[in-house]
Amino acid sequence: MEVAVEKRRELSDFRRDINRERRRLFVRRFFSNKLTVTGSVIILLTLLVTLLGPLLSSYTPYEMVVTSRLKAPSADHLFGTDNLGRDLFARVVYGARASMGVGLSVAIITSVLGMIIGLYSAYYKVLDHVLMRICDGLMAFPAILLAIALMAALGTKIDNVIIALAAVFTPYVARVVRSAALVVREQTYIEAMKAQGASSMRIIWGHIAPNTLSPLIVYSTFIFADAIIIEAGLSFLGVGVPAPDPSWGNILFDGKLVIFNAWWMTFFPGVAIILSVLGLNLFGDGLRDLLDPHTNHAKK
Amino acid sequence: MKSYILKRILSLIPVLLIVSIVVFMIIHLTPGDPAAVILGPEASHEDVKQLQEELGLNDPVYQQYFHWVEGVFQGNLGDSFFMDKPVTEAILEHLGPTISLAILSQITAILIALPLGIMAARKRGTATDQTFMGLSLLGISIPHFLFGLFLIIILAINLRWLPVAGYKPLSAGFWEHIKYLIMPAIALGTGQAALIARMTRSSMVETLNLNFIKTARSKGLHERKVIYKHTLRNAFIPILTVIGQTFGTLVAGAAVTETVFNIPGIGQLIINSVERRDYMVIQGTVLMVTLTYVLINLLVDLLYGVIDPRVRLKKES
Repeated sequence: MEVAVEKRRELSDFRRDINRERRRLFVRRFFSNKLTVTGSVIILLTLLVTLLGPLLSSYTPYEMVVTSRLKAPSADHLFGTDNLGRDLFARVVYGARASMGVGLSVAIITSVLGMIIGLYSAYYKVLDHVLMRICDGLMAFPAILLAIALMAALGTKIDNVIIALAAVFTPYVARVVRSAALVVREQTYIEAMKAQGASSMRIIWGHIAPNTLSPLIVYSTFIFADAIIIEAGLSFLGVGVPAPDPSWGNILFDGKLVIFNAWWMTFFPGVAIILSVLGLNLFGDGLRDLLDPHTNHAKK
Repeated sequence: MKSYILKRILSLIPVLLIVSIVVFMIIHLTPGDPAAVILGPEASHEDVKQLQEELGLNDPVYQQYFHWVEGVFQGNLGDSFFMDKPVTEAILEHLGPTISLAILSQITAILIALPLGIMAARKRGTATDQTFMGLSLLGISIPHFLFGLFLIIILAINLRWLPVAGYKPLSAGFWEHIKYLIMPAIALGTGQAALIARMTRSSMVETLNLNFIKTARSKGLHERKVIYKHTLRNAFIPILTVIGQTFGTLVAGAAVTETVFNIPGIGQLIINSVERRDYMVIQGTVLMVTLTYVLINLLVDLLYGVIDPRVRLKKES
């Protein structure tokens, strides 16, 4: 009896050591990968600006000063002012909240929904047929088109942007999770668990779900980036985040009106979009290389 | 092959069913009464009642759906309230610019992507490769419409090389037609080029590592022949897939770019209809564009067999 307890303790110590070693290795590879490091630095900076927004600017994004309309960038107005005399720096910085906020919310919501849908359709064949056909149908729409159509139906509001984009992207996430889960489901240890009488709840969430996490995390980074791009597009078209709240897309919309005499209104929000999307794409690419043994192999 | 084609076409039925339901629901997802929303806040109660009657909004939803689908099969997408003409007519009027732009962007994309992708694959691991791949990542990270705005500032406003925005049909002369489409085509094309170049590179790299390439080289074939005749041909399927997909997005997703350059295409039709709450047009256009998108992807799928006999044989067995 005592021997068995001893053995079990040894085994759990061993497992803990392996996990610790794995984590250490992952952290080391994470920091030696140029893509992930550059990507995370950019994302962290963007998030920092988003959170510290109010502290960084002495102006508010709403205050209109008619006398200082369309002023070029200067020490007083770092990014210049817009067509209504509002400080552009303040608007771009506050706009980060809308743009990054929509992106992050969409990434989180689609991950949760996509995971649930993906896992259950991988586990139950009948559900699979129904859910995957629905996903195929939704994926048949070009993403931006479905987003525009949904916004037309729901009305322009920032919450609706999130709902529309979540509806657009969830099927893609569900597909990714499902294909990862299908591989795991065929493993012998799942078979063994079923034979032991483990509940499907425990198999799905305790054993299949953790194995779908790495593709899911990589994929939701790309969703985050795509959501920022589509939100910018929607707001630029006037069917996204409504004025007067700033988002990078609707600043560009205002900027288009005065594009002949105020390049800064297009340039600064534009650079903000490019930087944040680039950061996320770099991060996602790097993370995929780290987590997916196939791409590592192909690179060699 | 025949059974494969049949199977592939049959698999579209559930997809189209879902697509039609989603498109149909657009008008019903609107908070409040669709008729009242369409007519605006100033409309009288009688007008709203009459429109409800006209649209059949008082029927049960499933009946409305079947009625609508029946119309679609007969080529009737309903009438536009705002333009006072059939939706199909409005779509046909806006089709030309979108197709011109899509073709021109696709040509731009392929001209940029294939040489760069091939070069990156040949020099994989070198600084050239990394530069190209960095550029392609940047290309993916810039939204098309934003790149378009940047192009306007540089090429049209500062350098005055090209018109800022607008559109001239082909009947106004070839150069006139192209002149207005150069910037939008570059804006749309470079983003697609980034995707195609990445796929070209990775597919080429994979094929270059295969044994028959080694054989081709060791029997003394000219490097150009090895690359273009042996590697590219065998690496072409995934590249073709991406080209097909990007063409689909070009036809469909150019909405924002069309707005930037004021091109009276399908995208602008949708955006204007959203502003006017012209739901019949929104439904009809979204449906038609999505159908086109689905059909292009189907065509690309079927083309594999033509291009690559291996696929044909595998699917037959």
